[in-house]
Amino acid sequence: MSVSVQSADFDVSVEIEKLTRGNASIGAIATFVGKVRGDAGGQALASMSLEHYAGMTERELERIEAEAVARFKLSASCIIHRIGTLLPGENIVLVIACAPHRHDALSACDFLMDYLKTEAPFWKKETTDDGNGSWVDARSSDDTARARWSKGGT
Amino acid sequence: MTGIAQSRDITLRYFAWVREKVGHSEERVSIPADIATVADLVAWLQARGDGYAHAFAKPSAIRAAIDQKHVQSSALIHGAREIGFFPPVTGG
Repeated sequence: MSVSVQSADFDVSVEIEKLTRGNASIGAIATFVGKVRGDAGGQALASMSLEHYAGMTERELERIEAEAVARFKLSASCIIHRIGTLLPGENIVLVIACAPHRHDALSACDFLMDYLKTEAPFWKKETTDDGNGSWVDARSSDDTARARWSKGGT
Repeated sequence: MTGIAQSRDITLRYFAWVREKVGHSEERVSIPADIATVADLVAWLQARGDGYAHAFAKPSAIRAAIDQKHVQSSALIHGAREIGFFPPVTGG
């Protein structure tokens, strides 16, 4: 289990190798990578900046990860989230879930992202090509996605 | 109650557009003793100046954390060391 909030980029294959090396119980690895899109509401995006609540963020990510490990009996997992200024095409977030079988790995990956998007204290600000900056609004569809896990769904 | 003797010093932290509207990211404030909940604190902050009035104009748009844990606006602030205010989160 590991959590990292960092400005540096990550390498998915390096992270998978770190999690799985020497662990023969792992039969399935699910990964999710979130990236910066090149458009913001129909306008070209120049950059995106990510702010977070240092201290609280790490605590929330660790709590969310521990919940996923317990719920889906994960063999290993990691969450990496970048902060600072990012350009279109750059990586934002990486979630890896390792389990003996694929359903748990895939569900855990989905669960981790739904919780991260609604509970981890990060905020995105988009700057468009014309120099205007605006904070990204939270989406109710993320709350809906998060809510399905509390009905006992897997 | 004057609140002088019972007022409490708490660190307030602001993030994203709440921070921009308030005009700073962190401050140490002395909170009157009759402020019991997060909602009370928001109402008190609204009266601290134009930036605060603007930032906290719509309390339902603001989320809060006490000592770095998410709370509802009805949460009691008694014993809090740090209270953070921010918009709904948008990471991932």
